[in-house]
Amino acid sequence: MRVVLAEDLFLLRDGLIRTLEEHGCEVVAAVDNGPALLRALLDEEPDVAVVDVRLPPTFTDEGLQAALEARRKRPGLPVLVLSQYVEQLYANELLATGDGAVGYLLKDRVTDTAQFVDAVRRVAAGGTVMDPQVIARLLSRGEARGTVGSLTARERDVLELMAEGRSNAAVAATLHFSESAVAKHTASIFAKLGIAPSADDNRRVLAVLAYLKR
Amino acid sequence: MASAFIRACVAAWRCQLASLLALAVTAVGTLVVLALLLLPVGVGFRLLPPAARLLRAASDRARGRAARWTDVRISPPEPLPAGPARAVLGDEGFWRDLGWAWLEPVVGGLLVAVPLVFIEYGVFGALVQPFVWRLLGDTNWYAFVLVHSTPTMLAALALGLAFTAAGVCAAPAVLRLHSRWGRWLLSAPRSTELARRVDRLDRTRTQAMDTQAAELRRIERDLHDGAQARLVALGMTLERAVRLLDSDPPTARELLLDVRRTSAQALEDLRGLVRGIHPPVLADRGLGDAVRALALDCFLDVHIEARLPGRLPSPVESAAYFAVSEMLANAVKHSGAREVHIALEYEGALLRITVTDNGRGGADVSRGTGLTGVRRRLDTFDGTLALHSPPGGPTTVTMEIPCALSSPKTSSC
Repeated sequence: MRVVLAEDLFLLRDGLIRTLEEHGCEVVAAVDNGPALLRALLDEEPDVAVVDVRLPPTFTDEGLQAALEARRKRPGLPVLVLSQYVEQLYANELLATGDGAVGYLLKDRVTDTAQFVDAVRRVAAGGTVMDPQVIARLLSRGEARGTVGSLTARERDVLELMAEGRSNAAVAATLHFSESAVAKHTASIFAKLGIAPSADDNRRVLAVLAYLKR
Repeated sequence: MASAFIRACVAAWRCQLASLLALAVTAVGTLVVLALLLLPVGVGFRLLPPAARLLRAASDRARGRAARWTDVRISPPEPLPAGPARAVLGDEGFWRDLGWAWLEPVVGGLLVAVPLVFIEYGVFGALVQPFVWRLLGDTNWYAFVLVHSTPTMLAALALGLAFTAAGVCAAPAVLRLHSRWGRWLLSAPRSTELARRVDRLDRTRTQAMDTQAAELRRIERDLHDGAQARLVALGMTLERAVRLLDSDPPTARELLLDVRRTSAQALEDLRGLVRGIHPPVLADRGLGDAVRALALDCFLDVHIEARLPGRLPSPVESAAYFAVSEMLANAVKHSGAREVHIALEYEGALLRITVTDNGRGGADVSRGTGLTGVRRRLDTFDGTLALHSPPGGPTTVTMEIPCALSSPKTSSC
């Protein structure tokens, strides 16, 4: 898997390159600023990009802007965005095109390398990965607005993991259910919330996220 | 178009009022001069203080009218000294008032009479000329038209309408001119204005320093109790893990996992702290998007209208952001509202933020510390906060901060 990496802190960049290469990824470009990132994304045509939001020269959301710009030029280009903070606004902008192949994670998540590399792979395969914090905030807002009130506690757990972009198998493993139990819960959630069920995992995640953003 | 015409008519009516009031001012001015003339015989000493107060009341009303009618702010002078006539005689504001009382009828009164003359002469031409010209023979002039036939009568009619229109159209401008003339005569002396400004700056500077010091203390405390404490715990756990690494690997492993959890918590603490100091979206994108981000986290329906031409100075952005955040929190906690509208506008070097909710109203600045805190924060920028919250709602908070743009638009603000 060919990866373009953008991170301005040398130590973190080095650590990320090592982690990715240990897990069989090839880092074709590792850059430390916004303009170089945009060039690398367009020239290297990577399978996935791992991008820090805040990059030089402006030290604002340069990385996110470059990623969004690259995705405008190459729709569906897989991008996993890392940040010290998760912002609903940025998550929405990444999800806006509605065609998946995006991820948005807190930087701390890289400490769990297995999960991090799994997230990179899922994004590269066209999936959607959202940080648990984004989903937790969406769910607590949904609770206050009464949009998820009819769900049982178990169903809410399933919904949370599903919205993070996990597959049925991964949800089952995390919650110690059988896969068929997860499928049953999922069907019930979709019926209660009035979301059209979809066999495609990614469509399903996007539908759930769209529902929670209301 | 229609509203502009109505405004012009209102202005014309106000010109009429102003001309009558100018005459009333003459009366007051005469009274004061009479009191001054009677000073040598002693009666003046008793007459002067009440006369001066009457004059001040008249000039205060004129200041109020200038603000209400034409939005011209005239800074009031220091209040009249309460003491005897000698104190009044030494008061600069009193002499300014007196000068105004004598000049106002001559200059101000004549000024506001100009549109009135046009309107009244115009109305006379349009309404009376068509009927009287047959009776008046060959010497009947209306302005420069000799009215002696139907065509010349029609010309007079048209001219009359034109005069009326010109008078009405000129009225708003003349009224503004009149207010400025009043400001020239009635403003507090420059030294008074500067003294006030210094007082205000002194007060707001003290407030700003207090706020900043309190903020630093809070950050210090948060760091001490949060991240710092967790890092100490982390060091201790690591130390134990190293000791147990050879003798008891499973426990060491547990401890290391614990270290990972603690480090995650320390990061979370720091994140919360930084968000409270300067929210990342505000730094990245500016006020518009930062408020949008706030709205996304709020469970009310928040509608945002942001018309900002570029980035504002960072301290202003920060104050405005925390003010909006406070307003949203208030709406959530106290108003029972379901919807909030936030408008951000920048016009004429002024940032205006309007936050309206459809809640139960009845909010009061004096109750609770939130609004007072925001007002204090805006004070530092010469900003203002106006609250309109009748019982039953809706509640509208309007905040205005004068500021220059710090950069033209670069991203979606």
